[in-house]
Amino acid sequence: MSDSVAPRGAVVEARGLLKSYGGKPVVAGIDFDVRPGECVGFLGPNGAGKTTTIRMIACFVRVDAGQLLVFGLEPARGARAIKSRLGVLAQEDALDPDLTVRQNLTVYARYFDVPRSEARARADELLRFVQLEDRAADPIRILSGGMRRRLALARALVSRPELLILDEPTTGLDPQARHLVGRKLRGLRHGGVTMLLTTHYMEEAEQLCDRVLVLDAGRILAAGPPARLVEEHVGREVLEVRDAADLPAEVLARLTALADRVERSPDAVHFFFRDGRSPAPALPLLERRSFTHRRATLEDVFLCLTGRELRE
Amino acid sequence: MSTRALRVWQRNFDSWRRFYAASLTGNVLDPVLYFVALGYGLGAFVRPIEGEPYLSFIAPGLLAGVAMNTAAFENTIGSFVRMEDQKTFQSILMTPLSVADLAAGEVLWGASKALLASGVFLVILAVTGVWGSPLEILNLPLAFLVGVLFGALALCWTAVAPSYDFFNYFFTLVVSVMFLFSGIFFPVESLPGWAAAAARALPLTHAVSVARALHRGEAGPELLPSVLALVAAAALLLWVATALLRRRILK
Repeated sequence: MSDSVAPRGAVVEARGLLKSYGGKPVVAGIDFDVRPGECVGFLGPNGAGKTTTIRMIACFVRVDAGQLLVFGLEPARGARAIKSRLGVLAQEDALDPDLTVRQNLTVYARYFDVPRSEARARADELLRFVQLEDRAADPIRILSGGMRRRLALARALVSRPELLILDEPTTGLDPQARHLVGRKLRGLRHGGVTMLLTTHYMEEAEQLCDRVLVLDAGRILAAGPPARLVEEHVGREVLEVRDAADLPAEVLARLTALADRVERSPDAVHFFFRDGRSPAPALPLLERRSFTHRRATLEDVFLCLTGRELRE
Repeated sequence: MSTRALRVWQRNFDSWRRFYAASLTGNVLDPVLYFVALGYGLGAFVRPIEGEPYLSFIAPGLLAGVAMNTAAFENTIGSFVRMEDQKTFQSILMTPLSVADLAAGEVLWGASKALLASGVFLVILAVTGVWGSPLEILNLPLAFLVGVLFGALALCWTAVAPSYDFFNYFFTLVVSVMFLFSGIFFPVESLPGWAAAAARALPLTHAVSVARALHRGEAGPELLPSVLALVAAAALLLWVATALLRRRILK
């Protein structure tokens, strides 16, 4: 992997981190760091080991083998000290349905020994931050999914964490809510909060993360800044031709000659072009055909590394 | 146990405050129903036991039994809802609190509700003139201790329960057996020899005999072994509940 040198003062440091369930490794000995002020994204299909890794960092799942240091402490010995500096947004919101919106924040702050007046001030500030100030006295059950997610984010922030862990912060949200949460997360990132997140939205990872790790079957397949991964693994441009079964052989040959790499899937052919190459000379040959010519994205990297087959 | 256990207690108290009316009704009505039906109703047909009117005989035992029932309910159904349905435990464990804090806080909460129910019961005793000696007031800390013991036992059950149905065993095999055979309604000595010996081994039997002695004002050093046994059982069960809960939640 590209980041094998552990910088001093890393927020999270994992070496050979391993976790098995029933003899089957879910996290199969991975190395990674999260440095102060950085936003790191874990990408990977379901079952890749993202959530298990996050849960080990949050002291919720025991480490089987390898080393894991969070703020320089081992979860097995320093769980309390670690958790007092973490903010966790779990996949399930797990908001407290017995409490009001505002109480969800003040009661949570009390678990961190935040004094009462300070907790109230933070709760009001965070409700404004996630635009729920009109909902302060509402019960949780009448909130929409997007509102719950925003409240769960506010709750994860109420202890002013040094490391914010977000497990699929925007999954299941409508585009409006997703953009709002994305905007809030970018705001936090610019404010210097160290973040570690998992997501299935590649665009989100591209916009938010300084570095991403692509995981599959418990291993890290690739790691680095999103733009570099795109450049390294797929290039600059992609030409996607659908219904390619009857594509004339000479057109296919021409495109293949221009491209750096060709990938066939049942319903389309993808041609990848690195810097300096382009499909432009061959595009007139595709007249009246269904195709897309676009910039390469992290999603191309993801599919290229983890394949197009369903995982579950 | 750390002071952080108090944070769990406070969370449950905040939740209870929002819906206390329904909960309090049960806490008040439950002992009143037992007291009226068994003390006045049944008591009218029962001759005095150990020189005491039946109502006065069962009152201290009922107090301990009510404490047991209240804590047992709170730390089975109540705790299970918080653990499984509401994921409250999961959220709490993402904070500096540990499983030990969580278990202790839950049991303290169950014991507090037992204390509340017993307090209501003592008020009824005072109003109806069944209040015994001045030492009767010590039945409040006893009820709290009973609450810790049975709350911890209930939490052990919760930690291994796959579903709500699993609590049927607990209430039938543990709670009902204790309620009926711990000397609340009749002296355990009236059971056949082997059964009396078994009944004397039940933790609630010790609690009932202490409660009755306090009611009669006969408290002396002979109560100490029973009290110490209750304290030891409560501490042991809380430790077991913590271990079982840790096994269930932290994988």
